[in-house]
Amino acid sequence: MNLLTAQAPGRVPRSGKGLALGIWRFMLVALVLALSIGFTQVAVAQADPDREMTTAAPGITAEQWRQVRSGETGPNYRDSRFDSNYSLINSSGETWREIRNRWVSPFGLIAVFGMAALIALFYFIVGRKELEAPRTGRLLLRWTLMKRALHWTVATLFIILALTGMTLLFGKFVFRPLFGDGIWAWMIAATKVLHNYLGPIFGILLVILLVSLIKENIPKKHDWVWFKKGGGMIGKKHVDAGFANGGEKAWYWILATVGILVIASGFVLDFPNFNQSRDTMQWANIIHAVGALGLTAISLGHIYIGTLGTEGALEGMTTGYVDETWAKEHHNLWYDEVKDQTLSEEEVAARKSSGGSSEPSATRTS
Amino acid sequence: MAQMKFMCDAERCIECNGCVTACKNANDVEWGIQRRRVVTLNDGEANEMSISVACMHCDDAPCMAVCPTDCFYKTDDGIVLHDKDLCIGCGYCLYACPFGAPQFPQQDAFGERGKMDKCTFCAGGPAESKEEEYEKYGSNRIAEGKLPLCAEMCSTKALLAGDAQDVADIFRQRVVHRGHKDGAWSNNPQASADNLAYDAAHKG
Repeated sequence: MNLLTAQAPGRVPRSGKGLALGIWRFMLVALVLALSIGFTQVAVAQADPDREMTTAAPGITAEQWRQVRSGETGPNYRDSRFDSNYSLINSSGETWREIRNRWVSPFGLIAVFGMAALIALFYFIVGRKELEAPRTGRLLLRWTLMKRALHWTVATLFIILALTGMTLLFGKFVFRPLFGDGIWAWMIAATKVLHNYLGPIFGILLVILLVSLIKENIPKKHDWVWFKKGGGMIGKKHVDAGFANGGEKAWYWILATVGILVIASGFVLDFPNFNQSRDTMQWANIIHAVGALGLTAISLGHIYIGTLGTEGALEGMTTGYVDETWAKEHHNLWYDEVKDQTLSEEEVAARKSSGGSSEPSATRTS
Repeated sequence: MAQMKFMCDAERCIECNGCVTACKNANDVEWGIQRRRVVTLNDGEANEMSISVACMHCDDAPCMAVCPTDCFYKTDDGIVLHDKDLCIGCGYCLYACPFGAPQFPQQDAFGERGKMDKCTFCAGGPAESKEEEYEKYGSNRIAEGKLPLCAEMCSTKALLAGDAQDVADIFRQRVVHRGHKDGAWSNNPQASADNLAYDAAHKG
């Protein structure tokens, strides 16, 4: 330090003697520096990797590998990304990919198209279920305007959601090669927007529909018999059914359970702004896809029975009224309850024009 | 053809975040998005370790496998890129990605995701013009014969980028010099099957 302070501005040597002294001091410093460098070089030459390892900070230990694999983020975990809640490695991502691509995707396709094929086969072998007795021409109110409107809104939304959902899962294999990138980009973007914005509306309306139909869908003892007789297909006799038969109740309760699960998981996926983690969304996605594909497959059965498969069923949901014969053959217990409320076609037309068709308890006009 | 890979030498990374800044600067990345992140395990403890993470341009990229629009593609150099015109912001690539690389700008209602953004290995992306490419994906240094800026600017050369074979050679040299018996990934029971140097050397 003395050598350095000698060079400080306050004590700059001005005489020739002082200058000579300064040079000597400078050379001394240089010598000391040179020597110290020499020592360092010796130290480098003696470096022993094994010895260094014993004093160095430990490398990556098994414990750290376990930590990374498990995705846990302890109190001393840091991520430089400002809003990141991610672990270092997203181990469950590969599991999700495997489940989605290897299982859900192919088997979903098999379920939906397999169901369609089975129904087609059934139609060609067994055929349409016709009414056995001739129609009486007397009508019974089955679905009020409110319930029909609700049913068709939910049904339309269901079909749009099923189609857009399947486009999200399979579309890239079909439409991208078919239409090319320009149309595909537009199509898949519209698909996502439709799916994400109509989804919540469907969810709310389905819950309202389920609540409005719960009274008719409480399981009864005769529903069990209905199932054992395959809905009347086993044995020639008609099986007992109330307002809703066993199959309809099963569809109701599938929607009330799986449907709600699909809606709930859909909300988790649709609103990522609640800080739900990737893992949560992975599981929500699997539940959503499995549930929705299952519902789509089963819905084909519901659509077939309600339209092509059964004579007189569709008119109930379109006009609101069914023929007395149809009621007697398909819902005998319900028919027994309401058989004194039959109306002629003229009476129905009169009620419709006066706007009274939405009230099931409305008194007869004549 | 080269197989481009990143590799971060965890025993050299000093958590300076230079790579993060370099990336942001080179690619003019959107506000709120950070293509590269530095993760530190056991911060402040004796076994503290840091590693810089971004898209690792996987050979078998999970993002590519799950994308509903099929917007990902692989260049001849093994770089995984995506087409923002096709991206719908569904987030599936994020669910699948092992490295948390995909990020989404959130400017729309209900937390709806915007178009995904991730590391491009400074290789830009599909676009009509250079300007459009820069606007959407950032710089295309690969086209200029340069490596990603994050690795180029890494002060300790912990982050390496380049052909898998070169990266593996450099890392192997370091490992030999350090005298580790099983690579820098010491005590990993799966070291021989699992470490990046091994993968890079065998798939290059």
